[in-house]
Amino acid sequence: MTVYEEYKGRLPGRIINDMKSEAEKRNLNDNQIKKVMEYLVTQYDAAKIDPGEAIGIITAESFGEPGTQMTLNVFHFAGVAEVSVTQGLPRLIEILDARKKIKTPSMEIHLKKEHGKETNEVRKIAAQIKETVLREISEEFNINLSKMQLEVTINKAKMREIKAKPEEIIEKLKESHKNIIAKETPEGLSIKPEATENELMEMYKLKEKLKETYIRGVKGVTHVLPVKNGNEFIIITAGSNLADVINIPEVDSAKTTTNDIHETAKVLGIEAARQIIINEAEKVIEDQGLDVDIRHILCIADTMSRTGLVKGITRSGITGEKKSVLAKASFETPLTHLVNASLIGEVDQLNSVIENVMLNQPVPLGTGLPDLVAKMGPKDIKTQKKEDKKEDKE
Amino acid sequence: MNSNNKTDVYLRDVFIGQIESPKDFIKKVKEERREGRLPDSVNVGYNKDLNEVVIETSKGRARRPLIVIEKEKAKLTEDHVKKLLNNETKWKELVTEGIIEYIDAAEEENSLVALSEDEITPEHTHLEISPIVIMGLTTSLVPFSNFGQSARLNRGSKAQKQSLGIYAANYLIRMDTDSNVLHYPSNPIVKTCNAQLAGQENHPAGQNIVVALMSYEGYNMQDALILNKGSLARGLARSTYFKPYTVEELRYSGGLTDQICVPDKEVKGYKAEEDYKLLEDDGITYPEATITEEDVIIGRTSPPRFLGEMDEFSIAANKLRDSSVTIKPGEIGKVDMIAVTENEEGNKLVQIRVRHQRIPEIGDKFASRHGQKGVVGLIVPQQDMPFTVSGITPDVMFSPHSIPSRMTVSHLIEALAGKVGALDGKSIDATAFTGQTEADLRVQLQELGFREDGSERMVNGITGEEFEAKIFIGNMYYLRLKHMVGNKLHARAAGRIQLLTRQPIEGRAKGGGLRLGEMEKDCFVAHGASLLLKERFDSDRTVVPICSACGLIGVNDVFRKKKFCHRCGGNVEINSIELSYAFKLLMDEIRAMGVLPNIKLKNKY
Repeated sequence: MTVYEEYKGRLPGRIINDMKSEAEKRNLNDNQIKKVMEYLVTQYDAAKIDPGEAIGIITAESFGEPGTQMTLNVFHFAGVAEVSVTQGLPRLIEILDARKKIKTPSMEIHLKKEHGKETNEVRKIAAQIKETVLREISEEFNINLSKMQLEVTINKAKMREIKAKPEEIIEKLKESHKNIIAKETPEGLSIKPEATENELMEMYKLKEKLKETYIRGVKGVTHVLPVKNGNEFIIITAGSNLADVINIPEVDSAKTTTNDIHETAKVLGIEAARQIIINEAEKVIEDQGLDVDIRHILCIADTMSRTGLVKGITRSGITGEKKSVLAKASFETPLTHLVNASLIGEVDQLNSVIENVMLNQPVPLGTGLPDLVAKMGPKDIKTQKKEDKKEDKE
Repeated sequence: MNSNNKTDVYLRDVFIGQIESPKDFIKKVKEERREGRLPDSVNVGYNKDLNEVVIETSKGRARRPLIVIEKEKAKLTEDHVKKLLNNETKWKELVTEGIIEYIDAAEEENSLVALSEDEITPEHTHLEISPIVIMGLTTSLVPFSNFGQSARLNRGSKAQKQSLGIYAANYLIRMDTDSNVLHYPSNPIVKTCNAQLAGQENHPAGQNIVVALMSYEGYNMQDALILNKGSLARGLARSTYFKPYTVEELRYSGGLTDQICVPDKEVKGYKAEEDYKLLEDDGITYPEATITEEDVIIGRTSPPRFLGEMDEFSIAANKLRDSSVTIKPGEIGKVDMIAVTENEEGNKLVQIRVRHQRIPEIGDKFASRHGQKGVVGLIVPQQDMPFTVSGITPDVMFSPHSIPSRMTVSHLIEALAGKVGALDGKSIDATAFTGQTEADLRVQLQELGFREDGSERMVNGITGEEFEAKIFIGNMYYLRLKHMVGNKLHARAAGRIQLLTRQPIEGRAKGGGLRLGEMEKDCFVAHGASLLLKERFDSDRTVVPICSACGLIGVNDVFRKKKFCHRCGGNVEINSIELSYAFKLLMDEIRAMGVLPNIKLKNKY
């Protein structure tokens, strides 16, 4: 055991463990093990990225080059009908910009093992998750002018489908609209504003509001689609509301995901958001049949989530946080950056790449990183200065 | 929409009346036309949505001929075709007899056209004359296009538009800007029926050559072609490039004019005497003069740009400046034709057409008619070329990797058909859908004593060993495209720079630099080649004196050997630093906005 002890910290735990089991299998003695471990250390060190390697630009190129081959086709249905998902370059831009409002929010809801087996049960759960508004379960909205009330004809079949009773609907209506009197009628509902002196316009406004009244399900989830994945059912949705969905008892909260990065960060935290960035970016690249090394995606995801907040690669996000004025100005809106810098008298230390390219100085990367340093005493400096002056005069 | 349930009738967009039944009305009109009582240029269409009948007779409509179908039978019979072939009847007669009629867009809306005779149903009103009409003019010239991929057909027709031929019979007396003429164009052995209709037979733009589908030392990878040097020596794909140079004697205000002449030595901007050697006494070169780049071909002097320059001290010639026309850098050739005339304003106009023979070289572009284009990758001496056991040396070697992913089956069939045609001395009909079949061609090839699949045993010209594989070889029609390296090759070391940024100017014609752009810069950074990158961007390097006190640009007075700062005076330390001029310019511009940028220098040690 002691042989491995000294390699802790020099090699990752997994490699040490692999070595342990392999050594047992092959019956190696301590000396042999040590030999192998030394070799492993040299190999591991050689595999590490060298100091001064421009990983950022390599990552950017690794995304940028395949990006030119991606289709610009925005509307493409992902295999199954109904739920359309943004794909290709628009989606990749969405991810890397860390957009607050994504075009097609969608969730993948996994169910707990005991629930995700029978088709009927899954359908029931899916129907339960889908947001239902009054418009969807009613057939007609009428304004009765003589009684100054709204008359709603309810679709009985749809009511049965979601197993809702008129009383429940009345309750929901009262919850979301104050000052109304709602009653059950043979056809459905009659709704009357409490205040008696209603103008007709108000009635119309009320009608439109009532149509969108939330009745059942998870808010924001507009479509649900149960899909068989292996021998388990998952529910794909259009619209996303992770916080509410994982509170549903049948849902496996550990596996359920959304493609909204910011929502994930809010509900599950920054590490989860980082993972979503990785998964979503990888999905886009794979769907397009391209091949980008996972480490580039990791690099981007790490950079975006490094501060604990999700930040996009935009001038308001990561790029805006660059220290150099010139670097910021060379990205987007140069005037704004120059004006702001001159207002506060910003100093550019010229520590990064772009600034030095602009000034035609060696960039501090690769061969430009090492500097020649000479040790000099105070005496040396004085003589040096004299020599400099001499040179100048010549 | 009219209220009385009647249908409006418009003649050439003018309302002329109403009718009860549009169906009967249109039928009547068509009958009258087919029987010759109405002119055949009348077309009638019924618009269902607007419920109106439109009769058109105006000129300028696009119309196309179709065979009329009556009682589920095409009116054009074998009999008619025979008579047409024997010159017993004419197309015009078929039209007047109502067998064939010309349909415009509006009438086509009410018609159902069958592509072939066996798909006729009671609903069909017309029959297409040939299924090839589904393609455009140039696309229909692609042989066996029904065996090609549609995207490749598009590219194939694009290549034909760029191919060299004899573009006009009077090219010798024309002054077209940048024209090319192929020396020995030939008619394709494998052609579509449209080649004749489109007039391609009268001015072909390509040559029949022998193509082997094989690789050769890798010089035809990625669509490159390998040419036989022997074939080139025999004139294969040789062409001439014509380019006119124009000079005018311009008139300026104050009665001054340009003068086409041999410039006097006193003239401003006079080049070396050597440069004017080609000029005759009239200031114009002689025909058939051999010219190289930057030779003066027309001498001209112009009056000074500004009248102020005409000061009293100079003699007459001194005031003038040289504005002679020189051959552009990189261009060579012979003076082909000289025209001395007058332009609309009555100014003397001299045009010189320069000609240059273009023998195919590495980098010139060639294409077949199937969207298979490529540049020459290698020119092989004939003795090194592979040859078939019967002694045939191919003119071109084409890489087999260019075929599978592009699915240009028509390319292969053309080679097969071309082989049959060349061996049998006949031309092959390759019209889409109706041309000769592949099976038929294979039988013919076998009858001619060759393998039916077109492949042959071949021998390596270098080693003299026979190749293990049998090689597909056949005759194809190849096009030389107008893109030639001679017109595009460009490189430079030092040269002209822009006044503003001190960076090299752009463009081949002006001898500009080749830009190392943003993305190329990224590549250098990604490689960590920091110092190489700096060197690449040194084109606008400048040394700027910086005042260490205020950080502004100081002055280095070379004459008085003094350095000082406009702001801080002479008693400050001025250090020289190396910068890109573009950045110095940026600082100047920022300063012009009223912002003070300064450079703080730090001791490196």
